[in-house]
Order: sequence, then C-alpha cells, then structure tokens
Amino acid sequence: MTVDFIFDGLNQLFPEFAGNDIFLIIAMLLPVAALLGFITVYGFGVIYSEIKVSSFIQDKTGPMGQGPGLHAGKWGLLQPVADGIKLFIKEDIIPASADKPLFILAPFLIFIGALTSFIAVPFGEKIIITDMNIGIFYIIGVGSLAVIALILAGWSSNNKWALFGGMRSAAQIISYEIPAGISLVVVIMIASSLNMQEIIAYQAGGLFNWIIFDNPFMPIVFIIFFISVLAETNRTPFDLPESESELVAGFVTEYSGTRYAIFFLSEYANMFVVSAVAATAFLGGWQSPFSNFLNSPAWGVFWMMSKTFFLIFVMIWVRWTVPRLRVDQLMHLCWKVFIPIGLFNVFAVAIWIVVRGS
Amino acid sequence: MAEMLFWLIAALTIASAAMVVLNNQLLYSAIALLFTLFGVAGLYIYLWADFIAGVQLLVYIGGINVLIIFGIMLTNRISSIRLSQTNVQQGVGGVVSFWLLILVSMVITKTPWYQTTSAEPSSTVREVGTLLMTKYILPFEAISLLLLGALIGAALLSREAS
Repeated sequence: MTVDFIFDGLNQLFPEFAGNDIFLIIAMLLPVAALLGFITVYGFGVIYSEIKVSSFIQDKTGPMGQGPGLHAGKWGLLQPVADGIKLFIKEDIIPASADKPLFILAPFLIFIGALTSFIAVPFGEKIIITDMNIGIFYIIGVGSLAVIALILAGWSSNNKWALFGGMRSAAQIISYEIPAGISLVVVIMIASSLNMQEIIAYQAGGLFNWIIFDNPFMPIVFIIFFISVLAETNRTPFDLPESESELVAGFVTEYSGTRYAIFFLSEYANMFVVSAVAATAFLGGWQSPFSNFLNSPAWGVFWMMSKTFFLIFVMIWVRWTVPRLRVDQLMHLCWKVFIPIGLFNVFAVAIWIVVRGS
Repeated sequence: MAEMLFWLIAALTIASAAMVVLNNQLLYSAIALLFTLFGVAGLYIYLWADFIAGVQLLVYIGGINVLIIFGIMLTNRISSIRLSQTNVQQGVGGVVSFWLLILVSMVITKTPWYQTTSAEPSSTVREVGTLLMTKYILPFEAISLLLLGALIGAALLSREAS
C-alpha cells in the first residue's frame, strides 16, 4: 500500500526514470526506516509510561518523589533517555565460554521477528506498509521466529539460568500460540478474510459492529486472546522465562549493553504488534466507535493508536498488579482451560454464523 | 529486480541447505535449516502461493524447526554446548544423491509443465479454502484423522508404561 504509493510518487516526480528498480528499493526502504524511528520513539514512550504507571500503582517514592535529584528531568521525562544512554555506552561483553556466532545472532533474530510483523500492521486507512492477503496469518507466522531466537539466546550463553529461561519461554510461547491462534480463527470466520484491512472494513459502522460485540461468545474469545498474547510476549504474570527471583534474568542473563537493549526493545515492539492485532481483530482497528462521527483517515490513525495504546496500558497495569504464576499453573491454564474453551468457541460461533446467515 | 531477488533467495536456500549437511556442529545445522525453510517460503511467494508461504513459516519454522532444536537440547548426552555432527557412509550417500539428482533433473526436463499466462489471482486463500471444503474434502478429512491418530498415539507412547 504505502510502498506502491511511494513508488508511484517517485515515478511521477522523475518521469524520465520511471519504473526504475532503485525507486522500488527506495520505496521499500523508506517505510522500514520510518518504522525503525517509530519503534525507537515508541520504546522511549512506553518505558517512561511503564515507570510512571508502576510508581502510581505501587506508590514508589523514587520516580514519584518531588524535588531535585530524585528523578531525571521534569516529571522524570529524561529517565528513559538516561536508561538508553546507559545501555548504549556499556561495555559489550560476550562470555568466553559462550557460543559466539549464535550469541550474536539471537538478538538480531528476535528483532527481525518483531520488525517484520510491523509490515502488516494497519496504522490507518491508507497507512499500511504491505496490505497482504494473508496479513493476520503472516503476523502469526513471523512471530514464531521469536521462539527460535529465545532458545538460541538461552543455549548460546552457556549458562544454566539462561538455558532454563530460554526453554521456559519456548515452551510457553509454543503453548500459548495455540489459544491465540484459535481465537483469531474465530475472527477470521466472522470477517471471512485474512486481510487486515478487510477485517477492519467488516467492522465499519460504530461500536456495536466491532467483532468483540458480534455475538455473545466474542468477549470470551477476546479475553482468551489477550491473556494468551500477554503470555507470548513474556509479560508478568507470565514472565517465568526471566523471573528474577529464580533465574537472575533468564535468557538475557549474559547479555549486556546494546544487545540487551535490543532484546528489551523487541519485547516492547512485540507488545505493540500484539496490541495492534487485538485492536484490529476485535476492536475495529482504525474505525471510529461512533459510526460516521470523527471517521476521517486522520482520525483513523488517532483511533488505531488510542486502541493500541489502551491495550498496552492494560498490559502494564496487569504487570504491576498481578503476581507471577507457577510453571504448572501456567501450563494448566493454557492446555486445560483456554484450549477447550477456545475450541468450544470455534464450534459455537460456527453454528451462530450458519444460523444467522452471512 | 524480481529476478535478481529470485536468484538471491535460491542461493540462500541452497547455501544454507549445504550448511545443514556439511556443518560439523549439530545446532548450527538446525539453525541453517531455519534459513533453508525461510528461502523455500520465499520461493512459494514467487509461485503466487502466499498462503502456502505463510503455512511454511508457521508450521516448518515455528513448529518443526523448533521441535528439532528442542530435540537436540533434550538429548541426554550433552557434555558441552558444542555438539558435533558426523556424516557416516559418505561414499554410498554420494552415489545415491548423484542418481537422485539425475532422476530429478530428468523429471524436471521431461514433464510437460502446466504454464499459465493469466495474471496473479487477487486472493488465493479463498480459492484454497473453497477447494479444500468441496473438491478435496475427502483427502482433507483423511489427513485430519491421520493427524489426530498420530497425536493420540504420541500422547500414549510418551506416557510411562505401567
């Protein structure tokens, strides 16, 4: 979508070189560069809100305190900047007994997984880098790269805690992919499309046309999806892979400096992707909740961002209020609660669609 | 540029496939397989099979490759993180591969390939779904039953015999 738009624009701007391959490469690289900028800025914003929300919820005196010296900048606004600078000027340590090539590969792999998912995220009516036919399926597919990256990080560190963290995260992500996938199957059945923009177009016409209110089963489906993606992004209460009290820092134990920062940024980028998918699949994407009121393309970006950031806020909120699960509780919740309910939902919604008629 | 990209993807696929076989570290082979499968997914896109490419990503990379890596890590003879891989019976393997190569080349050159000049279909998923639910419903259901049987069998076998 955006790639075609930039390509056409370049062709019209320089008609004598129209159709040039270099234009196509530029048209592909520009949105990616914009995405990298967006992820960085968003990273600073979301780290700041994580600090702030946690201090409000847990009444922490440090970030909440008054007076000079207690926090960086006005309202602690410089705290993420300070964190960023600290991470980037730290020494880059690769443990002597680590498997060096895989140790270096792992952060790149996880960041590629996060970055490539952004390509199919619809930011607005026209703002989507590639409007793929299989959009939602593609995001689930490239998301599986993260599993391999986490196992590699755990294994190549040559550290028991890191290996435990990597294995736990892989088992957790593979398990919770199933209820999340089943929930999206229900959405795909209702919208009868895998294309992100068509799923959003199906939900046109205000709050009560959103898929979450499509039938009585959908709120349950949404809750299952949201909790599952919470587990997939390794957020508390599902942060067993990096639980400090047992595993030091899990799979990132041996990582420091920039490499650690990449893991950190990828986690937050993944939070954005899953929230955007949830907003697209259940909450109407860039559609206004009031039918035709405030429903222009510019407002579309506003609505999409509000829904996504609201879901990210809920994730942060959950993180600072709910304690961590045990491993057996985690697996019990996935295999014995979510998957049976999810399969029942698929069946029930299928009957609902047949009875209602499409 | 599309053609150049095709050769790039093909080269990536073949180079990483060679690395799967020739590398002497087991885990590196598994990681090289990741790139091979990724390259194959890219080749599917050149055949306008975007849905199959997505399935390739999800099933082969997200499922099978992860399973292979898990399998390597759960073997109980691990002494260090560098597990070695050895190739045995290289002579026999070479002869079999050589004749297989000749066979495949003959198949490629002799088959009257179905060629289409029509434009790229706007949506492949809908067609695939419709065909699976109408014309190919019997094979589809048979495969589902087979997979269900395999799943139950695996669960049964992995339980300790009492």
